[in-house]
Amino acid sequence: MLEKALEDLQNKVRKAAFLAEGMVNKAEKALEERKGELAREVIEKDEEELDLLDLEITEDVIRIFARYQPKARDLRMTLAIFNINRYLERAGDHAVNIAEYTLDLVDKPLVKPLIDIPRMAQIASEMLKDSINAFMKGDAEEALRVIERDDEVDNLLEQVRRELITYMVSNSSTIDRGLKLTSIARNLERIADLATNIAEETVFLEKGKIIKHTKP
Amino acid sequence: MNNVTLKTENLCAYFGKQQVLKKVNLSIVENKVTAIMGPSGCGKTTLIRCLNRMHETTPGARLTGRIWLKDQDLLSMNPMLVRRKVGMVFQKPNPFPTMSIYNNVLAGYRLNGIRLKKREADRTVEEALRSAALWDEVKDALHKRGTFLSGGQQQRLCIARALAVKPEALLMDEPTSALDPKATDHIERLMAKLKKQVTIVIVTHNIAQAGRISDYTAFMYLGELIEYGTTETLFTAPKDPRTEEYLTGKFG
Amino acid sequence: MKGIHIRIWKDRLATGTVWFLSLLPLIPLALILFFIVSKGISSLSWSFLTSLPKPPGETGGGVFNAIVGTAMLIVLASILAVPMGVMAGVYLSEFKGKALPGLVRTAADLLQGIPSIVVGIIAYAWVVLPMHGFNALAGGVALAIIMIPIIVRTTEEVLLLVPQELREASLALGASRWRTILKVVIPTGLAGVTTGILVSIARIAGETAPLLFTAFGNPFLALKVTEPVNALPLVIFNYATSPYQDWWRQAWGASIILVAMVFLLNITAKAIAKRMGGSVTNE
Repeated sequence: MLEKALEDLQNKVRKAAFLAEGMVNKAEKALEERKGELAREVIEKDEEELDLLDLEITEDVIRIFARYQPKARDLRMTLAIFNINRYLERAGDHAVNIAEYTLDLVDKPLVKPLIDIPRMAQIASEMLKDSINAFMKGDAEEALRVIERDDEVDNLLEQVRRELITYMVSNSSTIDRGLKLTSIARNLERIADLATNIAEETVFLEKGKIIKHTKP
Repeated sequence: MNNVTLKTENLCAYFGKQQVLKKVNLSIVENKVTAIMGPSGCGKTTLIRCLNRMHETTPGARLTGRIWLKDQDLLSMNPMLVRRKVGMVFQKPNPFPTMSIYNNVLAGYRLNGIRLKKREADRTVEEALRSAALWDEVKDALHKRGTFLSGGQQQRLCIARALAVKPEALLMDEPTSALDPKATDHIERLMAKLKKQVTIVIVTHNIAQAGRISDYTAFMYLGELIEYGTTETLFTAPKDPRTEEYLTGKFG
Repeated sequence: MKGIHIRIWKDRLATGTVWFLSLLPLIPLALILFFIVSKGISSLSWSFLTSLPKPPGETGGGVFNAIVGTAMLIVLASILAVPMGVMAGVYLSEFKGKALPGLVRTAADLLQGIPSIVVGIIAYAWVVLPMHGFNALAGGVALAIIMIPIIVRTTEEVLLLVPQELREASLALGASRWRTILKVVIPTGLAGVTTGILVSIARIAGETAPLLFTAFGNPFLALKVTEPVNALPLVIFNYATSPYQDWWRQAWGASIILVAMVFLLNITAKAIAKRMGGSVTNE
């Protein structure tokens, strides 16, 4: 009945989150350690798995609404999962983008040592993990903390851009690589944004309030 | 694939000159819950009463067409035999007031003149009451009258009574509409477990209930079978506009 | 507020009048009982109940044979009337038909309307004449004719009260129509059916007219169905119309016994209805 359906749904979304987080980590590792196979795994294997889950979860949500007309917390939970699923799917897409750029970069020399990008990846990945944990635990406070960390990622993106522009301006042979690295950083920033969206869903679930488009 | 327990072919039913079922072709899938829903007067109760040949017990009632139970022609069988293979639970719980709980469960045997040895009888009673999720509540009061139980318990007793003769299908005519929400919930959960044992067909006017518990849903209107499919399909994207109107509360 | 006072008084007056009128019937009942008991109590004794009547003119004696006779007649009448009456009642409640049920009901009503003395003459013609003499069987037949319509109607009414759901439940289990009637409908309505039978017995226990030409009466203890037999109402009739004072006293005594019997039957009927009545009238 409804409780079981919701339980199954939560398990699936946890699995999707785990998958998405793994994809981000793997793509970053592929870049740092210059391992093309890891990037290919993300693009070919992981993406497909995540898309399948996405489809399942969407169908499950529709079924739950049709059959059970959930109310109150069950309703918020179902809606929250529906949205979180979409965000996770997009996070996966961004991870794939990162992997694709990485594939281009693995066999080319570094423009500069990678410091900020790995840092961004680490924060973004943590934000994903923590936002899902907060959701599973129903901890709105932890969710709010996740949202606060988004600023750090935004700042890092600015920093990466400025640095790479400097390099690209002074040496035109680095432009191609520089642009790709910038794209990677942008994708990581988007992943962090998606993590904050997920955190906002937790606040909606717990407090019944929609805090989108507001500053904490 | 999916086995079919009951099947109707061009089933038409009449009360005297009035036709209440018009060429109904319906297949009931084995070990699943099939809900039959529709507005009042659509013929849903008449339909299930045809499935266990109770329809013809009303004076002036008759039917045409064919009904199959697995591969047997229901209409050429002895009606009393049919009713043992296709059990029924009614809207208002109706345990026999002069019989104890024990004897109520065994009524299907006693009323058919079948005598069971005590050990077999005890076992049948326990199995049936367990299947109906009533055993724990009555096991120490088996020889008390059934009428002392609450409404929900009485209904489960009726379910046990129907299950005791090990039917192939169980027909339920709005089994929870006379019960309070808690008892209703009890029985809905019971049905989810029971369907593994026996094919269930339930008539309900409660759309939400049909959505919750059924695997397949049939929508009837004015004696016709309008649409039939998996509950998911019917509830998310019904094909017939009348089905859609009924589901969204436009009529009924 | 003048109006309200008048209304209160009117209400009290009305309530008081209703009370008074309801208690009125108790007065004749009390008087009758008092009268019978005071007149007949002197003749009640163990020997009165256990000894046979003495020849006319002699004092003493008892009504043992009348008590036995009344019991015999009741048993005979019941054996004849109960199966037929219950079956007819079952037919009327359980089976639909176009013409026959109406016919049966009308027959029962007409039967009920026949004066008991006429029933007596009929039993005389049917049983006494062919058997060349008065006998208990004829008395049983006459009383049975009176009992049948009562049993038919009460049985029908009681069984109609049995909820249709119970019949459906039984049929849905694969039971035949007859098994349903025998094992579900009748047991459920049994209290009512039994009450109906007891009421009909109470009715015939005191019937006198039919017995005049059938059982006829017997000064001796008769146990054979083919012989005339004594009965309490006959004792009352014969003794009260005799010239013997002792017999008048004994008639009062017999009256007490008869009234006590009928009361007992009615009370038993009510008690059964109450105890078992839960099946049909309650939930």
